Amino acid sequence: MNVIETKNLTYTYGAGTPFSKTAVENVNIAIKKGEFIGLIGHTGSGKSTLIQQLNGLLRPTSGTVLLNGKDIWEKKKEIRKVRFQVGMVFQYPEYQLFEDTVIKDIGFGPRNMGLSQEEVRQRVMQAVDFVGLDHGLLEKSPFDLSGGEKRRAAIAGVIAMDPDVLVLDEPTAGLDPQGRDHLLSQIKAYHRQRQNTVILVSHSMEDIARVSDRVLVMNESRVFLFDETAKVFSHAKELEQIGLRVPQVTKIMMKLHERGYPVDPAVFTLEQAVKEILPLVQGGAEND
Amino acid sequence: MIKDVTLGQYFPGKSIIHKLDPRVKVLLTLVNIIFIFIAGNFSALGLMTAFTLTAMLLSGVPFTRYIRSIRGVLFIVLFTSVLNLFYGGGTVLAKWGAVQITTGGIRNAVFIAVRIVVLILMSSILTYTTSPTQLTDALERLMKPLKIFRIKVHEIAMMMTIALRFVPTLLEETDKIMSAQKARGADLESGGLISRVKALVPVLIPLFVSSFRRAYDLAMAMECRCYNGGKGRTKMKILHITAKDIVTVLVAAAVCAGVVLLNLFVAENFLI
Repeated sequence: MNVIETKNLTYTYGAGTPFSKTAVENVNIAIKKGEFIGLIGHTGSGKSTLIQQLNGLLRPTSGTVLLNGKDIWEKKKEIRKVRFQVGMVFQYPEYQLFEDTVIKDIGFGPRNMGLSQEEVRQRVMQAVDFVGLDHGLLEKSPFDLSGGEKRRAAIAGVIAMDPDVLVLDEPTAGLDPQGRDHLLSQIKAYHRQRQNTVILVSHSMEDIARVSDRVLVMNESRVFLFDETAKVFSHAKELEQIGLRVPQVTKIMMKLHERGYPVDPAVFTLEQAVKEILPLVQGGAEND
Repeated sequence: MIKDVTLGQYFPGKSIIHKLDPRVKVLLTLVNIIFIFIAGNFSALGLMTAFTLTAMLLSGVPFTRYIRSIRGVLFIVLFTSVLNLFYGGGTVLAKWGAVQITTGGIRNAVFIAVRIVVLILMSSILTYTTSPTQLTDALERLMKPLKIFRIKVHEIAMMMTIALRFVPTLLEETDKIMSAQKARGADLESGGLISRVKALVPVLIPLFVSSFRRAYDLAMAMECRCYNGGKGRTKMKILHITAKDIVTVLVAAAVCAGVVLLNLFVAENFLI
């Protein structure tokens, strides 16, 4: 069952003026329930415009977005419901915090959904645990938190709406390497537990490779590739032509393969690479 | 979308109007606006209109731009001229009870409409051909005499520069925050006045917080570059009055004199 599907999706900024610019052109994608999708592309490739159409923040110039098989713009008045089903975490989401306590801020989305106080509380606590926020921080002002904590609180604010699809735009931007890894594995864990759909937008091939089932590559407003992660990275040459890099590990493995070593070139995490290379180094004596 | 608001209207170019000293431009615009109001009949106003149109042509800014600047105040133009339609003497053309339209009324309406449109065009020439930096620079120079009254001219000019610089940034930021809150189900588009104002709180608070943050950052950056006010500060671009400026001032003076003469000698004065 496709949770999200787009048909001939096109979005033009300033349509009808001499400054019109098509940011998304004729995009047809189908995303199944429970998939983890990585979305990658250059600045200006149309990623942000695409994802903002998925939850109805932008209305397509032409084409349709189907959520669970229904056109999201069928009833214009119910577009808010779509936004609860497709949760969107923007880039640098910490700048959206505004309430006087963290717990109230995380509850903003659920309260807008019209849930009872008890339900709101439950969802907030669940979301807090998902992002690994310390319970001692909940009664503090969000402006007193550290950068990383603010980021977590903001992400929790979207997770608390319990969306069917969670879209994250560069959630790890500006975090230190440790914070990055930690946040990514928590998002992955969230995906595993809830069994819902996650779309992760990132510039980092390494991040995308680590967590995604399928990767969508955008280039110049169009879908360039949309396939399983391993298959996408096997197109290393084409990716480089549009200015994207495959993960460094994959590059090394490809070079090794080129030189005739019996390794699988479609490897994109360090762990996998170790498994492939170690037997070679040890002369095949041991198989770790 | 909020981004469509055209603020910083500067239209870069290399026309003679662009190259005039900004001080001259600011002063002439002020004087011309006064003379647009002094012009008391169609001949005098016609002269001001011709002068403005010439300046528009010389500026090299496309006319569609100027038309867009009028479009914003179209309602005011229509409102005032329709209001004027019902005042004035002359032959009665139509009458409904106490309300009547006369030839004088129509003349008034047209006169007022032309006056406002020329006024807008005149100030548009200034904003289209002068960059915000030049503009504040010129204002700083022109306000220099106010220093006698202990008015901090440099500080005022710096504040204006910074404010202008941050308008687009803040607009963009507002847009982002609005999207983010809408994504969490904030309802910014429906409901009555009170609920709409309340709905703005989640947008305004983050906006204020980030404005303060930007202010601190900017202050720090300025201090790091040893900024300590206007005292002893030199300019990279020093404004010079050139022959172009003198000629322009002379032409403008001639036009203004013409307006006064036409006011005096053409006997169709009907408005102050």
